[in-house]
Amino acid sequence: MAQAPEQTAPALGKDLLGLEELSRGQILSILDTAERFKEISVRPVKKVPALRNRTIVNAFFENSTRTRVSFEFAEKRMGADTVSISTSGSSVQKGETLVDTARNLEAMGIDMVVIRHSSSGSARFLAERIPSNVINAGDGKHEHPTQGLLDLLTIRDHRGRIEGLKVCIVGDVLHSRVARSNIHGLKRLGAQVAVCGPATLLPAAVAELGVTVFRRIEEAIEWADVLNVLRLQLERMKSGFIPSLREYNRVFGVTRARVEAGPRDLLILHPGPMNRGVEIDSDVADGPHSVILQQVTNGVAVRMAVLYLLSGGRAEQAEAVKQGGDP
Amino acid sequence: MSARPVLIRGGRVVDPSQGMDAVVDVLLVDGIVARIGEGLDASAETEVFDASGLVVTPGLVDVHVHLREPGGEHKETIESGARAAVAGGFTSVVAMPNTDPPIDSPATVGYVLAAGLRAGLARVYPSGCITLGQKGEQLTEFGELAAAGAVCVTDDGRPVSSAGVMRMALEYALTFDLPVAVHCEELTLSRGGTMNEGIVATRLGLTGVPNASEDVMIARDLLLAQLTGGRLHVQHVATRGGVEMIRAAKARGVRVTAEASPHHFSLTDEAVEWYRTDAKMNPPLRSAADRDAVREGVRDGTLDVIATDHAPHHYDEKEQAFEDAPNGIVGLETSFGVAFTELVEKGVIDLATLVDRMSCTPARALGLPGGTLRAGAPADVTVIDTRAEWTVDAAKFVSLSRNTPFAGWTLHGRAVRTIVGGATAWSAEAR
Repeated sequence: MAQAPEQTAPALGKDLLGLEELSRGQILSILDTAERFKEISVRPVKKVPALRNRTIVNAFFENSTRTRVSFEFAEKRMGADTVSISTSGSSVQKGETLVDTARNLEAMGIDMVVIRHSSSGSARFLAERIPSNVINAGDGKHEHPTQGLLDLLTIRDHRGRIEGLKVCIVGDVLHSRVARSNIHGLKRLGAQVAVCGPATLLPAAVAELGVTVFRRIEEAIEWADVLNVLRLQLERMKSGFIPSLREYNRVFGVTRARVEAGPRDLLILHPGPMNRGVEIDSDVADGPHSVILQQVTNGVAVRMAVLYLLSGGRAEQAEAVKQGGDP
Repeated sequence: MSARPVLIRGGRVVDPSQGMDAVVDVLLVDGIVARIGEGLDASAETEVFDASGLVVTPGLVDVHVHLREPGGEHKETIESGARAAVAGGFTSVVAMPNTDPPIDSPATVGYVLAAGLRAGLARVYPSGCITLGQKGEQLTEFGELAAAGAVCVTDDGRPVSSAGVMRMALEYALTFDLPVAVHCEELTLSRGGTMNEGIVATRLGLTGVPNASEDVMIARDLLLAQLTGGRLHVQHVATRGGVEMIRAAKARGVRVTAEASPHHFSLTDEAVEWYRTDAKMNPPLRSAADRDAVREGVRDGTLDVIATDHAPHHYDEKEQAFEDAPNGIVGLETSFGVAFTELVEKGVIDLATLVDRMSCTPARALGLPGGTLRAGAPADVTVIDTRAEWTVDAAKFVSLSRNTPFAGWTLHGRAVRTIVGGATAWSAEAR
């Protein structure tokens, strides 16, 4: 077979369920497309017709403000018709609701579903049952791929590359879908990845994912170029994973003193919402190392890219699309 | 009601209860094994079944099935479950008491017994709860339950969390020589987990159940069996540690029998990949090392009983996100095929040992009639075609439920005729 003169970016599949199943090429294709789409959000008229006449349902079965709004902006800026459903069903009824939701959405003739759900695997469950594209906006403790992608984009923006960087994910890795998406995405792009937190909040056999485990935050900071600080759900204290928020901050908190004692100019990310004074101190969150708000900005661009690519758009044509051309 | 005499002629009779593995005839008259030997004559009224090329065994016994009645008739009924049993070659099953209401009174034991007799298929032996409502607090009336027909007590599906209550259950059961069957799980270690703790759970973002959750309870109950002298029956052992502790306990004379489930000796937690709810059960599928330990336990007799933990669930109940789906899989119709294919054909055990683990020992463990083809024993016989190759098609199950992880598996060995009390309850040709 003759080699194509210019390499075309690999297309995505029907769905975006997790970064674990994406190739390096697919991830880069999304990041490069997002890079081009960033500019749309700073225009006076923030709109391109790339997804005109596409119907997208945002099905949020779990509370979320940031992710839902970010998806809605992305969809609107791409010209799609969108509907948002917010239901938080009882845990027993969740699954049944999901089957029925799938069938009902299917019957309404939609093109894409963005789903957030408290059960791990729920996005895949939906994707296997409807022909529409499904985007996982967070499924239980499994993955949150668009968050992982926006973290990658933010790191690349600031460090110019992912490959070879040392990135440590700090905190409640056990319950974190953000952590799993980050680990898969970072490793796929050639970063060295570590996790750090109390052993009660690290998953079993986490090292088998190919990550280094640090027991102490000081060691992690000594090692890392980038810290991604996870949100500590406050109810973890009640369930006994940690004795107190105070001690958590004392032992694992990303504080100014610790950051300044580190050997490198750290880049600090946080997926939000933050518990200031628990996992991260305010003077770090608002300080010079923090890129937390740029993560939020990048979130819209990444989601525009994912929507565009899943709907059949080609990465090579992203520039033309930006100018208002048809995808 | 007495069926015609049956002469099973020319089959290879494998009956470890009498050390027999030979081509002989078996004559069944008036519901009992009348004679067994070479060249038996048949009277004119006798039905002669040519079993040449087939294997004839004492009827298979499954001491751990959920028939769901009363209360869960959309999943299974006693009748449909007893039919699935004979289709799988089982002549006797022990029905677990975690129904709605739970079987914790003589009246409910009687209900299960009567429904089993009415079905007239496999013999259905009721079990009773250890504690009222399976709450783990107050003991049920063991004596009354036994008198009504319960063959053991168990809170299956739930552990007896209080060690003190468990001690008293084992002690109180001594009067009636009732086995106490236990689901070993320390719930505070399981933490609501839905699969084995390990790399697969970590990747899938599912809460894992550590082996220690099971091992801690097995250790406790073995110590309590030793303390009390009670008859302990450990259900569905899935961990290497569990197998090792039971082996050691048996060596020091503790009265313990233990089960291996076909899924625990044939599958690992990798079967959960893609969030397959048909691979969700409790205890969960574990690592390859655990699976191998369960196999070894079956081989050396530490796990002396193969039992399915047949747990039917309606399609809708398994058609959910993994964490929301209920635990359990059906097993009656695949048990022999999976065991023969995975254990005998792979050289772990020979056919006689398999028959021992699926008929003789389970009958003995719970004190049931059967498990032998000695003259005078109940005429419960399973005729098996070990050459039969078949593909598991859940749509063809006799059970009301289809939740199996073995769908699409090619298995060897299948019951072609199941005879209960001298009457044919299942025949592959008749289908």
